[in-house]
Amino acid sequence: MRTVKFLLAAALAVAASGVFAQTIKIGFISTYSGLNANLGEYMERGMRLYMKLHEKDLPPGVKLEILVRDDTGPNPDKARQVAQELIVRDKVQLLTGVIFTPNAMSMAPLATEAKVPFVIMNAGTAVITTRSPYIARLSFTLWQSSYPLGTWAARKYNTAYTLVSDFGPGHDAEQAFSQAFAAGGGKVLASVRVPLQNPDWAAYMQRVKDAKPDTLMVFIPAGKTATAVMKNFSELGLDKAGIKLIGPGDITTDEELVNMGDAALGVTTMFHYSAAGNRPANKAFVAAWKKEYGAKAVPNFISVGGWDGMDAIFHVIKAQKGKLDPNKTMELLKNYKNPNSPRGPISIDPETRDIVQNEYLREVRRVGGELVNVELETFATALKDPWKELQKKK
Amino acid sequence: MILYVISVGLSVTMGLMGFINLAHGVFAMAGGYVFATALGRFGVPFPVALVLAFLLVSLGSVVLERVLYSRLYAAGELAQVLFTIGLIFMSVAVARAIYGTIAPPVFLPDYLKGQVPVLGRDFPTYRVFLIAFSAILILSLWFGVERTRWGAMVRAAVDNRAMAQSVGINTRRLFTLTFALGSGLAGLGGGLGADIIAVQPSYAFEHLVFFLIVVAVGGLGSLRGPFIAALLLGIADTACKYWVPQFGAFLIYVATIGILLWRPQGLFGVRA
Amino acid sequence: MTHAGGYSADPRIRWPEYLPWIAALAAFFLLPEYLSLGARILIFILFALSLDLILGYAGIITLGHSAFFGLGAYVAGILSAKLGVTDPFVQLAAAAAAAGVLGVVTGAVILRTRALTLLMLTLAITSIVLEIANKASWLTGGADGLSGVQTAPILGLFKFDLFGKTAFLYCLAVLFLGWWLVRRLIYSPFGAMLTGLRENTTRMHAIGAPVYRRLVGVYTISAVMAGVAGGLLCQTNQFVGLNVLGFEPSGELLVMLILGGVGRIYGAFVGPVVYLIAQDLLAKQFPEYWYFGIGSILVLVVLFAPGGILGLIEKWLPLSRLKSSARASAR
Repeated sequence: MRTVKFLLAAALAVAASGVFAQTIKIGFISTYSGLNANLGEYMERGMRLYMKLHEKDLPPGVKLEILVRDDTGPNPDKARQVAQELIVRDKVQLLTGVIFTPNAMSMAPLATEAKVPFVIMNAGTAVITTRSPYIARLSFTLWQSSYPLGTWAARKYNTAYTLVSDFGPGHDAEQAFSQAFAAGGGKVLASVRVPLQNPDWAAYMQRVKDAKPDTLMVFIPAGKTATAVMKNFSELGLDKAGIKLIGPGDITTDEELVNMGDAALGVTTMFHYSAAGNRPANKAFVAAWKKEYGAKAVPNFISVGGWDGMDAIFHVIKAQKGKLDPNKTMELLKNYKNPNSPRGPISIDPETRDIVQNEYLREVRRVGGELVNVELETFATALKDPWKELQKKK
Repeated sequence: MILYVISVGLSVTMGLMGFINLAHGVFAMAGGYVFATALGRFGVPFPVALVLAFLLVSLGSVVLERVLYSRLYAAGELAQVLFTIGLIFMSVAVARAIYGTIAPPVFLPDYLKGQVPVLGRDFPTYRVFLIAFSAILILSLWFGVERTRWGAMVRAAVDNRAMAQSVGINTRRLFTLTFALGSGLAGLGGGLGADIIAVQPSYAFEHLVFFLIVVAVGGLGSLRGPFIAALLLGIADTACKYWVPQFGAFLIYVATIGILLWRPQGLFGVRA
Repeated sequence: MTHAGGYSADPRIRWPEYLPWIAALAAFFLLPEYLSLGARILIFILFALSLDLILGYAGIITLGHSAFFGLGAYVAGILSAKLGVTDPFVQLAAAAAAAGVLGVVTGAVILRTRALTLLMLTLAITSIVLEIANKASWLTGGADGLSGVQTAPILGLFKFDLFGKTAFLYCLAVLFLGWWLVRRLIYSPFGAMLTGLRENTTRMHAIGAPVYRRLVGVYTISAVMAGVAGGLLCQTNQFVGLNVLGFEPSGELLVMLILGGVGRIYGAFVGPVVYLIAQDLLAKQFPEYWYFGIGSILVLVVLFAPGGILGLIEKWLPLSRLKSSARASAR
């Protein structure tokens, strides 16, 4: 009899703990090897910092298991393979991360077929969210930054020359800027697309110099490419020729500024996040970042993507008390709002499942001995992705 | 022009020693890292940093040569190709482990920055410096190979190793020295080019095609060959990107194919 | 690597040759969650077989084999994404045809050269194909890759599912055909001629063999096989990215083949299996060590075990039956 009671009690205990303890598996795909490996770390750090500081916010008994995978760079083939394994082998309930557009595009059909919500933390080409009803993007789009940039530039300059890397985000930046610039009365002298792997910018810069535009709009992938462009810009004397360098914030990312040196001073950009942003939420974020990762560590827009992406994930977990239903998750994501992100107030547009946020006009200046992106003004508030808005009007 | 400095080293090892060393880019990368670290972290002056790049890489290459490469001198081309590809893989991992994936920043000394007027147009000072440096390099190398005893010995050893040995030339040491020279030159090139061509772990892979093209088009075993090839291809590449940017990248490959089909041994190579 | 048997060897199937197929079917039933990795392995085995044909048997050293692979993948993809053709066999046939055309055209042009020149030319060609794919983004999707590829269910019945079951069996069937073809080739006078080409080209010229024509012939066949492999990759992934072209896939394939044992039909089987499974297990945890490991294994294999894994097995297990199986001797 005692044995039976004991067994019963044991069984109840097991059942009870089984009911309360839940592990939610999340597949996190980032880039840790290949040419752009440093970016992946920023995204993961942002995500983990958020998790560390907000652990207690999770419903009781709910634990998160993050399965980290490397897509080795802009490798849609590999990303798809990795995502498929996460879904089929590891049975994840959410997918997140992804730095590169081609990777997100190749994963989209999987998200749809398996009904696994996919929270994008970085990839920025406008069209991605249309590829699957299970995608929500918490990062940015190139139209969001480049379109207002074009509007602003048209007020100050008459002629422009665009130079972008030849891939999805580059095309977006070029079209967004050009449309807005032309709509504001400016004239785009030429639009050149540069192959992604290009060690030497001299020839392109020479052409720009000869064309004598008022301003040069550049978009290249964030990181060392940007540094090379900056150097070539000043080395060939384009700044002395009076040409102003502008672009979306990808060209002066906070962590790369230290490598660019004085060549970057005065560059004006439009972006949704600067580590020097003057908001309490951002100050707290940067302080926590430095505390966790070292006094010299600087967060950037990719870190914020990781941070906010995790906030959205926490939101859906809390709202569903740990029991995730894919369609309910998408509903919650569509109506997500966060007034206190390090980048300012953000939300998701329920129609497009894309991010809605502020865009700030910034300039690179030396503050306290360091180069930072100083936010000059909030140029656009609660901006929806302009490309999708323009599509609607058609 | 950086391509030339790096490639001439490859022409030396490949042409004079007959060894297909695809891992040449690894030495260039190593030189780049040494240079950038010396310049950046230790504040060593520019010329000294360059010399360091040359020396350290040469020394390192001697070790590699003795331990690994020399076993494969007689092995077939396939073995050499595979072996050196393996070295590239290993170097990528090592570089990433030591330096991470971000290219180390290179800050040029002030006297090399800015622009210099040449023939009425402004050119970046650094590039003018590079061209001048390369010209001096080729002259000294040519002098060394054609006019000195060492050069004669190397040429003899390549033409007929057994004969050269029987005449008393220590071919083994000669090859090691030549390999060291070739790799040191690569290291020098990597350092010189560090400002323009970012030094990062995948360096050897990215630029492998370029090095090989310059050497193959220029012709193995020749010194003038790679110089002229690098000059021609470099100018044509830049010009093409300037005038017709859409086809910029194609030119170098199409030109390579054309030239190699017309003269399979390269422009100045010696027919095997 | 010593010469043995050769092509007067018995073309009947020996018992160890059943093993790969039994293993594949076993994997299908026992490891249902790993089938997409399995399909990938099968595709690379086919790709490796095609390389083995020209590298191991005919002695053509090439770093540009990815050109045919990538072309096959893109043709199959473009057919579907841009022209709406979704029948799997039509896509595969188109991939094979396109790769074959490229193979015969480039082969005719470059196979007159040797050694370094040939190597350079193969590199230049694959780089050009990569650039074209990169530039013609209206057609290929450029750096974003070609999405929207759809492959209709095979014979109208078997849909390409998320688990990769259909994909696995489909690739297995195609691989079987490819393997059978290669085996027939090797065990024929054509195969004997290939060895002759590799071992002693001068003498082949002397006996009046049409060396150049035969080289182009085998190069074309190899290109067709590589193209089919590429097409399969496109169909199973329903996506094609630029990473199917260029130096990296060629280099990786070379590593796989050497690992397994070049010049042996089954080297092309063993190599990809070992490489891809190791990559699946290890590369996730230790990405740096993976690269280092591959590099050092390659170096070690070249220095100490030129016959690859199969070569090592042959040394240690003197099974006379294995020895007389189809193998090309090498330097």
